Amino acid sequence: MAIDAATVRRVAHLARIKTPEDRLEPLAAELNGILNWIEQLNEVDVDGVEPMTSNVHQPLRLRDDVVTDGARVDAVLSNAPKSADGFFVVPKVVE
Amino acid sequence: MTDLTRLTLKAALDGLKARDFSSEEITKAFVANIDAANPRLNAYVVQTTDKALDMARASDARLAKGEGGALEGAPLGIKDLFCTDGVQTTAGSNMLRGFVPPYESTVTSNLWADGAVMLGKLNMDEFAMGSSNETSAFGPVVNPWKSSASNADLTPGGSSGGSASAVAGDLCLAATASDTGGSIRQPAAFTGTVGVKPTYGRASRFGMVAFASSLDQAGPIARTVEDAAILLRSMCSFDPKDSTSLDVETPDWTASLGKGVKGLRIGVPKEYVVDGMPAEIQALWDQGVEWLKAAGAEIVEISLPHTKYALPAYYIIAPAEASSNLARYDGMRFGHRAEKAASLADLYETSRAEGFGKEVQRRLTIGAYVLSAGFYDAYYVRALKVRRRIAMDFDAVWDKVDAILTPSTPSAAFALGDKQIDPLQMYLNDIFTVTANLAGLPGISVPAGLDKGGLPLGLQVIGKALDEATVFQVADVLEQSAGFTARPEKWW
Repeated sequence: MAIDAATVRRVAHLARIKTPEDRLEPLAAELNGILNWIEQLNEVDVDGVEPMTSNVHQPLRLRDDVVTDGARVDAVLSNAPKSADGFFVVPKVVE
Repeated sequence: MTDLTRLTLKAALDGLKARDFSSEEITKAFVANIDAANPRLNAYVVQTTDKALDMARASDARLAKGEGGALEGAPLGIKDLFCTDGVQTTAGSNMLRGFVPPYESTVTSNLWADGAVMLGKLNMDEFAMGSSNETSAFGPVVNPWKSSASNADLTPGGSSGGSASAVAGDLCLAATASDTGGSIRQPAAFTGTVGVKPTYGRASRFGMVAFASSLDQAGPIARTVEDAAILLRSMCSFDPKDSTSLDVETPDWTASLGKGVKGLRIGVPKEYVVDGMPAEIQALWDQGVEWLKAAGAEIVEISLPHTKYALPAYYIIAPAEASSNLARYDGMRFGHRAEKAASLADLYETSRAEGFGKEVQRRLTIGAYVLSAGFYDAYYVRALKVRRRIAMDFDAVWDKVDAILTPSTPSAAFALGDKQIDPLQMYLNDIFTVTANLAGLPGISVPAGLDKGGLPLGLQVIGKALDEATVFQVADVLEQSAGFTARPEKWW
């Protein structure tokens, strides 16, 4: 499953990382190197093995459905690149 | 007069309690060391001297009244991965340059509640992605150790390179760190310090900048096994704010020390003998086996057949989780936002291209690829199944052994710049440590010897889930047997 420049362009877009055209080929080469090494996982017999998503052997906890925090607008906005009147300010997204 | 900055955490706590010296005195001594060393070692990215002195004076007031917590007055360094209220937290990334959290991580809250003093924030690989500290947006940390063979600056390892360098260079009594694939244990091995990754779920991840959430775990880097046991206890707690936090008691692990290993069964996994492993690593491992045998342990050869697949599985799972976790950096609510962009998509893409460094971009791209339609089952789900195979390997040996002994790393510290060309060469650093992350098991690295260039080498002990007690018990015997007293010569 060799990765070419077009695949890198598509995946970089999925990752939302702007990648200049002249970086696509070198990145494809790097990713192919890494993925070729990863291919060895195909040697492992995983028939009937459940995917392991967590190390934690306890049921997920439930808590009461009540408000425990909030009303901290200033703290929430304190690291915003731009804010005004208690809101995040973002570029116009609807043309 | 005693150099206060060379004390162990235990000796410093005893001295503070006995009022032999004040927290303000020892804090000032560390600040002086940091001021002198940091231009060369680059271990701290933020110094919080005023805050440290305030905290120290408050500790002195409590100590004067005979009060105080388990870490009262002890100056510590904090990896820049832990959010600290009102103090810049960047995770080594330009994406978070200038980010000042309005809240405190649970781990650091626990430390302050126990009376610890914060000297500052410690440098690290960007978002903990790296094994040499060279991916940090603040430049690499330099290892206080030098090889007798060359004057080159060496890596302290990564991603907790600032923590390891600061502990080895007398820039704090001990430090917090975090470990996703080996990021506590590898830097500890490279700097002659002790590093512990506890069982997954022991330490809360709340307020710890996320890399790969099913693998990330906080732990200490310290000068001795006892120091590590003391600091780890304060770091750990059950935390309702972390859904994977384990609702278990945090024991006093110093109770494990001095117990010896008589009658314990120690596993030596044959699959950890890897191609191209230097003879001195094998010799160190053999030596460790001899020490434990001499102390009365029974050595059992074991097989963990899927070991070789741990790193490739990790390099699917960790980037996949990272690509999901780091999606939050969109330049909208916090973090870097690009100045100019043609559209919303362009703004996201440009902000992230400007904010993330090369290695982070590489891993996010891999993560997006292995999670993308058509490849999800072939890569991601397969890696999760291999992960279970690796965990099952460990499950299968726990009725035969009480703990496992391996080398911590396949080499001693290497020169900065040495492994930057090939990412795969860098990834191989974690070959002995990554299995414990995948299986969620506790692991410790203990300094056990020197290589031919006089650089420290570490041995790793891996234990059963929640059985840090046995891990500390074995590590204590290794520490006593090794009698490791070497220190880096002060060249900075």
